[in-house]
Amino acid sequence: MPLQLDIVTPEKKVFSETVDNVYLPGADGELGVLPQHAGLVTALQPGELRYLHNGTVHHMAVGSGFAEITQTHVVVLTDMALGEAEIDITHMEQAIQRAKEQLIAEEHSMNSEEVAFLQGAISRSAAAISFKRRRGSY
Amino acid sequence: MANLRDIRRRIKSVKNTAQITRAMQLVAAAKMKKAQNQAIAGRAYSKHLLQALYDIRKNFTEESHPFLELRDGTRELVLVISTDKGLCGAVNTNLARRIARDVPADADFITVGRKLRTACEKAGKNILADFPVKDPVPFAEARAVAKFITQQFLDGNYDKVSIAFTNFYTTLRQEPKVVTLLPIQGHREDEDQAFELIGGGFSSEAHQNDPQRDFEFEPSVSEVLATVLPLYINYEVFQALLEARASEHSARMVAMKSATDNADKFIKELTLEYNKLRQGAITSELLEITTAMKAME
Repeated sequence: MPLQLDIVTPEKKVFSETVDNVYLPGADGELGVLPQHAGLVTALQPGELRYLHNGTVHHMAVGSGFAEITQTHVVVLTDMALGEAEIDITHMEQAIQRAKEQLIAEEHSMNSEEVAFLQGAISRSAAAISFKRRRGSY
Repeated sequence: MANLRDIRRRIKSVKNTAQITRAMQLVAAAKMKKAQNQAIAGRAYSKHLLQALYDIRKNFTEESHPFLELRDGTRELVLVISTDKGLCGAVNTNLARRIARDVPADADFITVGRKLRTACEKAGKNILADFPVKDPVPFAEARAVAKFITQQFLDGNYDKVSIAFTNFYTTLRQEPKVVTLLPIQGHREDEDQAFELIGGGFSSEAHQNDPQRDFEFEPSVSEVLATVLPLYINYEVFQALLEARASEHSARMVAMKSATDNADKFIKELTLEYNKLRQGAITSELLEITTAMKAME
């Protein structure tokens, strides 16, 4: 019984193939999905996504969003999905730095939505960095 | 019949025009490719979002959210997405016609793009805001527009918000559309058509026959709704902007191409005319010389 995994960002469809299992960073903690999983819609937090494809485990850093799970499909909608090779740690660290500086500099002039956006950017980049560090390829 | 000099002058001016339209065609073609790719790439996300929303609504009809409540009032706000520049075929005219047909006369407007903003101003419509949107469309600007719209809706100033934009199908085909954004519809069975929305839309029939689509929600339905709905509004606005942009550049490319083709054809005809006249002139000149010679003998 195959499980179809689609990972979609606003820019493009990042991944669309059948896999054997998926682990998602759910809002309430990590969540493993096997074929025939009960229908579920869950919010995602920035973190690591794993899936088993052709006998090898693949890892990806994903941003916040949500996932829709049916018995045969997993659709991940997120604002970021990066493979290991695509993450540039210095670039991400700079991104965090910029966002933090902006947060401090404009703390009073920003509305809550802009603050939330910057915080989202920070946690996204942080998740990507910790993901890459953990993979031991840094 | 025009004289030689006149024709030469006309050829020159037509050539100049052709040069300009050809340059514009090339620029539009490059932008078109980019805009089309962006619009098409964004559709997958929009579509899945729509699908998820549909599933949620099907499972939890009693769960409510301000975005989903149908209101009794008729005050309508319309986001009109037109182009900043002209010379893009009938895109703006068609959209204006569609708006005149589908939008009540007392609706208020938010505009993106200069062309229909001026048209709305002339028609004496009430324009609430005008947003400039760069090319290619940055998501941040779509979010600003979406935020303004939701604010107006939540404040109770309007009971319904629509988007009027040009949907992109192919380079040769774009269609104006007016689509309801808020309140989010499609949760009622008879409104499945509403899902034929921005971008390609998706067919809900395939899902209705699927018995497996009963869902649990984590952490909870209301929290999932609270994440999904604002996301949905943002992305629908974004996608509408992308579609409009892709349509604009496609239409401009096609318009400029036909203008260039026309100019080329015109130049050909004029050149033929010119050569005929020139030959005629030479012949009659020769004739004059020979008759003069004959007379001298």
